[in-house]
This record gives sequence, structure tokens and C-alpha cells, in this order.
Amino acid sequence: MSTPALKLAGVRKNFGSSQIINGVDLEVSRAERHAIIGPNGAGKSTLFNLISGFYQVSAGYIELGGHIISGLPPHRINRLGLSRSFQVTNIFPKMSVFENIRCALLWSMGYRYSFWHFCDRLKRVNEKTEQILEMIHLADRRHIPAAMLAYAEQRALEIGITIAGDTNVILLDEPTAGMSLSETERAVELIHKVTQDKTLVIVEHDMSVVFNLADRISVLVYGEIVATDTPDNIRQNQEVQEAYLGKEIA
Amino acid sequence: MLLFMRRYGIWLAAVIVCVVLPYIFTSRLSLTLFCQMGIALIFALSYNMLLGQGGMLSFGHAVFYGIGGFLAMHALNKISGGTLPLPIELLPLVGGLGGLAAGIVFGWLSTERSGTTFALISLGIGELIAASALMLPSFFGGEEGISANRMVQTTLTGFRFGKQIEVYFLIAFWAIVSAALMYLHTKTPLGRVANAVRDNPERAAFIGYNTRAVRTLQFSLSAFFAGIAGGLFAINYEIITAETVGALASGSVLMMTYVGGVGHFFGPILGAILVTFMQVSLAGITHAWLLYFGLLFVGMVLWAPTGMAGIIMMHEPVWKAGLMKRLLPSYLLIALPSLVMFVGVMILVEINYHLSLSINPEAALQLFGIRFKAQSPVAWSTAILLAAIGFVFFRAAKRKVSRSWDEVTQTMKGGAV
Amino acid sequence: MFEYLLFSLLNTLVLGMLFFMLSSGLTLIFSMMGVLNFAHASFYMLGAYFGYQISAVFGFGPALLLAPLAVGVLGALVERYGLRSVHKYGHVAELLFTVGLAFIIEEAVNLIWGRNAVTYPVPNFLDFSLFTLFTTSFSAYRAFMLLISVGIFAGVYLVLTRTRIGLIIQASLTHPQGVSALGHNVPAVFMLVFGGGSALAGLAGVIGGIFLITEPAMAATLGPIVFVVIVVGGMGSLTGALVASLLLAAIQTFAVGIDVSLGDIFARIGFQMSPGGLLKDLWRIKISHTGPILPYLFMVLMLMFRPKGLMGKRES
Repeated sequence: MSTPALKLAGVRKNFGSSQIINGVDLEVSRAERHAIIGPNGAGKSTLFNLISGFYQVSAGYIELGGHIISGLPPHRINRLGLSRSFQVTNIFPKMSVFENIRCALLWSMGYRYSFWHFCDRLKRVNEKTEQILEMIHLADRRHIPAAMLAYAEQRALEIGITIAGDTNVILLDEPTAGMSLSETERAVELIHKVTQDKTLVIVEHDMSVVFNLADRISVLVYGEIVATDTPDNIRQNQEVQEAYLGKEIA
Repeated sequence: MLLFMRRYGIWLAAVIVCVVLPYIFTSRLSLTLFCQMGIALIFALSYNMLLGQGGMLSFGHAVFYGIGGFLAMHALNKISGGTLPLPIELLPLVGGLGGLAAGIVFGWLSTERSGTTFALISLGIGELIAASALMLPSFFGGEEGISANRMVQTTLTGFRFGKQIEVYFLIAFWAIVSAALMYLHTKTPLGRVANAVRDNPERAAFIGYNTRAVRTLQFSLSAFFAGIAGGLFAINYEIITAETVGALASGSVLMMTYVGGVGHFFGPILGAILVTFMQVSLAGITHAWLLYFGLLFVGMVLWAPTGMAGIIMMHEPVWKAGLMKRLLPSYLLIALPSLVMFVGVMILVEINYHLSLSINPEAALQLFGIRFKAQSPVAWSTAILLAAIGFVFFRAAKRKVSRSWDEVTQTMKGGAV
Repeated sequence: MFEYLLFSLLNTLVLGMLFFMLSSGLTLIFSMMGVLNFAHASFYMLGAYFGYQISAVFGFGPALLLAPLAVGVLGALVERYGLRSVHKYGHVAELLFTVGLAFIIEEAVNLIWGRNAVTYPVPNFLDFSLFTLFTTSFSAYRAFMLLISVGIFAGVYLVLTRTRIGLIIQASLTHPQGVSALGHNVPAVFMLVFGGGSALAGLAGVIGGIFLITEPAMAATLGPIVFVVIVVGGMGSLTGALVASLLLAAIQTFAVGIDVSLGDIFARIGFQMSPGGLLKDLWRIKISHTGPILPYLFMVLMLMFRPKGLMGKRES
């Protein structure tokens, strides 16, 4: 078996005396779409914060494509090929939509800290920015400051920023939270499109989204993964139903 | 041709203005004023690379201005001593490189965090350098500072810099070059990512950027231009003291940048021109100019936090929509009470200054061509009355202004849909 | 030596408690409201000038009461009509508002009382030497200062631990968001704390103006020192502020007495060097002259390596 895209081994996290993550083992293979579900307070966002380097693990380790990434700062992890979105919209509010996306792909396209290139002359960068704007349906809003966008548009921009760097592994934290039904549908379609051939890990509350998108699902309860399996099996899993799904499925 | 004019027209205009200006205002005083404005303009623009572009509120930016100035002064002494074969026109570069070197060191030390921590570190470093300036006399020259003679043999242009106008052209040249470079910098990846780090450092890390590296680079480049301004200071005054690295200099560049407006590139230019003008012209007329300046600054913070540039740009869409005439009446309405209030405050200030500072408080003082005694109760009550009436009507007019603004924005929105 | 140590310690205590009276208000304001109040030392200056003016007319007793009260009211007004309206523009605007305010207050003091120091003498009934040990005497006024500041410290401590409002303030030191969620009237608490902190600064001015000097530059001199105190002491920690106040006072008091330079130290351990230029300057600096830079050095290092401060509960 080839090296997994993402591997968590014995990952623990405690804040002071309270254990939030209690020894999580997880392997996500390449090009897999993996969903993490679980009740509120199970530690899903904490898990994302650990993987993306926002928090440091208390024990255990995390590997990205065979490299150990636990202990690295977020920007190093991003450069190794992992990007994430946030549950609470986290964009660059005063910059235009176009600049938001363009900034997000400068590093990956090699322009880094350059102060000897002009952004407007970087043809490849601008073309790619346009492509992404088309993909997230914000092309006609490009000059508007990001703070002025409608909520669903900001969520789309959030995804756009996340995928702009063309990383192999993408973490999406509740991308459809707070959206209406039709907005959710469009978002799922968008996620499908932008994560083509990529490894996706998604935290989501909306079960229709989860079952629609995921190849496999892990159920996180009180900082522990109680089951990892295909959507169909998860649906039938007794333990999961008791722990979490009970009401919604039945 | 049209495209060329649209893109470079404003710079062309700037060059023309700079060339023509000393031939329109020919007095010695205005020439000195223009020189000061040019230096202040570079300094303020460099400050805005930190505050406006990078979101770093610094209380110690004069450190780099001063270090650049002192280095340039030492270099100038070497040039006139014949040990350094550098044309004097390039001397500001020495200041710039000195600022850059200091900027890299102090930038790296202070940019780990942003916000208040950064502000406090910059304050601490500023105070540290200012306090140690007097302990290191071989570099900072102690109490009397360092002086040099700018009339040297090694020049590129053939200028001898004996005349102020020659110095003016040198400053104008560097001001335009520096402004252009700083403007171009806003268009580069680093310039844009500095905005991203300002807006949301957390997210910037997740798109691959080391926020501290971005801040340090931005900080260093800003220190480079501050150093250029310092180098020009050295040439312009031929003397430099430890005051240039001090808190007052740091505070004043902060204030001029903010008054001009941090949100737009040209804001600091406006601020530098206005504040320098106030400095030179008001300081000659009244002792109280610092107080007026302070009041202006606090007024801006309270009522116009986007600065002059922000106010101007706010009107751009209104102007384009042809709705300015709907705003003007309310502006006229607010101008009158503002003026009345200001005159009242001014009389009070001047009376008090007369009482506390003049050699003979009993002597009459003159304001608006009227001579009166500072002790006169009529003068006091007039002043207080004017200020109070002005204030009451100012508040009323302010509501009127925001109402007509609401109307105008409504109309524009309606037109757009 | 014993005499020097003893009196340096006593002076450290007097100066340190003065610093603490200033910094306790500032640290409360900073930790609760997130506003680094640059005008805090200006309130100290106003206290000194009010005290000077009131004692000139009514005597020192009334001044001790009225001046801090006036400064406190002024502080509350500044919070209500100034800070609160710039709050919506963010922390930078709040901070700059206080910078501008400090600027205006300094100029206004210039305007009213002139540019030179005023003579603000020790009140008659305290103008005697309390005791003399060996050859140095300790004035009654210093003892009085100590008494007042310890009394204030005790008072603040009681208010913070024993009253309802004190408990709210304490809670909002560590969890500013949580307190408003509990439905307390946070704006009113802010106004109270800002006014109270200003009043404390004013009181420090009334007694410190006599002890140090009363001049328009006094705010600019002391302002940065107070920042150093709250940074070193740590966010939200009054104990930290107390420790840092005493520490800084000790540095300032003791450093003055040490007449040794870096060159001397190296000579002592066997290095004889006579460098030129900048290094020569460094070599010659006597510890006694480093008084003005030590606090800032201390602050910068602290911010870089331990931004929580000595006893801070959280970072800014």
C-alpha cells in the first residue's frame, strides 16, 4: 500500500487538564474524500487546528505524504501541500475579491516575497486567478472588497482561497454552515469540482452533504474516533447510531 | 497616448509641478518650506508602508530617519575630507542603506507579533536609541550633534549646492524617485501580501506566508526610505542632532501620516504637505500652533478617521454620479458654525498664551486687527460664547450632513440597481 | 554601606509605590478595555498642576482630595465622549486618540501654567525631618507619601476583592468577553474604571509633583516608564504591576549609585583595552548613567521573550 496522504498516529491534545483529543489514529489515502462527523464539542475543529499546525499536538504525530508535520508552523505545513478553510469565515476583508485569490496563489507559483515583480504583469498568476474566480462564481464581483460580499459569497471565497494554492490535501471546516438549501447545493457542487483528484478532509454537520461527498467517514466522539468506514456501513453501524446519528437517521 | 497619459499623467504632472514651483514662489522662505515638505513627504510615505500597508503602528520610526541622517552626515564629512569618493547627489543612498541595515535588525526583533505588542516594542526601541544617543557621542555627537559642509568637489550634476534652489532640486528628485518606488512597491507580491498580513495574519500563514518574514521585509524597506529622508535632512540642514531619532520626530510622522490618511497611497503626501506648512507658517504667527495641531489631530481621529485622502476619495463616486451639488449646501451649513467655534477657541487660546507667556501680560494683544487687553471680561465672554454657540450649531449641522449623505447614497444605490 | 543600602531601599519603596499608584490604573484600563492609554501620565500631570493650584489657594489638605476628584471626573468624561465614540474605528484609532489627547493636555498645561516648572513646595506641616540615621535624614513628606500610597493600595485591594463591582472588574481582567455576556453594564464599568484609574493617576500627581517636579514635560518623562511597568508586570496583574513598580524604582535608585563602567569591569578581570570610536563610548558608559535606558531595554527584552510579562495571565 502506498503512503497515505495524511496520517495521524496517537494524536492527543489537552488544554491544561482537559483532554480534547484522546489518541486519534487516522489514515486518509490519496484522492480520497474523507468526512469527519460527530456531535458538537467532539473536537473536530481542534483536530483540524492540530493538523494544520495552528495548535501543537500534546502527544503522537501527524504525517503529510510521509513527512512528519506535527511541530511545524502553519506556513511550513501549507508549503508542504496542505491548506484549510475555516468554520468562521476567515478572508482578507479590506482587499478586493480578486486580490484575495491572487495573494493566495502567489506563494505556490513561486513569487513568494518578491518586490521586483509587478503583480499585474504576472500573466500566469492572473489567468489562474481568473479561472478560480470563474469556478467559485465570483468573477463579476472581483473588484468588491471582500468584507462587502454576501455571506454565501464569502464562504465561496473562503473555499477559493483554500484551493488557490493547488495543494494536494485540502481541509474544509463546515463549508456549508449557515447556508440555505440552494446555496448548500451549489457549494457541494463547487467542492466536488475543486477537489477533483485531491485529498479532501471535511468536517460537516449537514448529513446530506456528508453522504453526498464522502468516500469514507470517521465518527469523532469525545476526542476519539469510534468508527471509520464507508458511508453505507456508517449508516448501519449500531455504535454510531447510538452515539450520534440516532435521531437524524431514524 | 491616452493610455500613457492615464497611467503616467499624474507622475508627469508631479515632475512639472516640482520644476515650476520654485519659479512661482520665489521667496527664500517658500523654498525652505518646499525642501522640508519634500523630506517630510518621503518620511511619511515610508511610515505608511508600515501603518497603512502593513498594519504596523510604530512609535519609533524616527530611529531609521535619524540613523540614516547621522550616517549620511558622517559620510558627508568623509567626502569633504577627501576620503570617500562619493558624489553628494548619491548621499541619500548612504542614509537609505543605513536605515535598511538598522531596519533589518530592529524589524526582525520587533515583528514577531503585531498590534499592541509591536507598538510597544517600537516605542521601547525608539526610547532606547534616543536615550543612548547621548551616551554614544562619537556617533551621535552628543548635545550639539554633528555638522558638515555640503559644498564639496565630488558632484555629478555640477551643482555646488551653495544655493538653496540646488538643494531643492536634489530633494525634489529624490522625493519623486522614492515616491514612485514606494508606489510601485504596492503593486508587487510583497506589497500585496503585506496587505494580506495586515488584514488577517492568521489566514496569511495558511496560504504559505511566514508573517514575521513579510513584516520584517516590509519594515526594512520602509526603514530604507526613512533613511533616504534622513540623508536629505543631513544635506538640507548640514547639522543633525539626537532629536531626529527621538519620540517627537516619531510622533510627528505618525500624526502627519494619519491626518493625510493611511488608506490611500497619496494620503501621507497630503499630510506631509499640510503639516509642514502648518509647522512653518503657524509657528511664525502663534506660540500655540502645537495645540492647534493637536486639536486638528484629535478632531480627525474622532470625526474623520480615514484622513484627508479618505474624505476626498469618499466623494469620488458622488462626483462621478454628479451629485456633489446635493452635498454642498449641508457642507456650507457646517462650515459656518465650525468657523465660529474655531474662532472662539482660538481667542481663548491666544488670550491664555498672552497671559502665561508674554513678557508683559498687561500689554494689549491684537487679534483680527482688534486690540484688547487679555484681562478684559468682554473678550473672555465673547470667546466662550462664540465657542459654545459654534459647538451647538456644529452638532446640529453634523446631523444635517449625515442626512444628506444618506440621501445621496440612497440615490446612488437606486441608480445602480 | 549600610546607610546607603537602607536609604536606597526606603527611596525605592517611596518611588515604587508612586509608580504603582500610576500603573495600577493603567493596567486595569489596558487589560479591561485593551486601550493602551497614552494620556495616563497626562492625568498624572494634571493632578500635579491641579494640586499645585488648589494648595496655593486652599491649602494642601483640600488639594489632596479635590485634585484627584477633578482628574477622575475629567477621565470619565474623556472615556464617555471621546474613547467610546472612536471605539468603533478599532484599537489603532483608540490609541491614537489618547496620543492626541496627551499632546493637547501638554500644550494646554503650557498654555495655562507656562513652560517652566512651577514651585510646588512640600506643605508646611510635613516639612521636617522624620528621623536621621548616621548622616542621612528621612523627611516626613516621604513617609507621608508612603503612607498614602500604601493606604490607596489597601483601598484598591479591598474594592477589588470585597465589592460586587470589584469582582466584575476582576472577572473582566481575564475574560473581557465573558463579562458582557453575563449582562453587566460594561460601558458603565469602563467609564468607572477609566475615571477611577485617572483619579489614582491624579492623586499620584498631587503627591508626586512635590516629590519629583511639576513641569509640562513631566508626563512625557514618566509616561514611557509606566508603560514599562505594565509590560513587565504583565497584563491584568495588579501584583505584577506592584512588583514591576518596585523593580523599576530599584533600578533607578540603585543604578545611580554605581559608578563603574564596562571598561572598569573588564579591567578588573584582567582585560585592558583602549578601543576607539563607538566602542570607546560603550567602554566609558558608567552604570550610573544607564538609568534612563535600562527600563526600555528591560521592556523590549520582555516583550520579545516573555510577552505575558512577569505575572501576566494572558497576552495582549
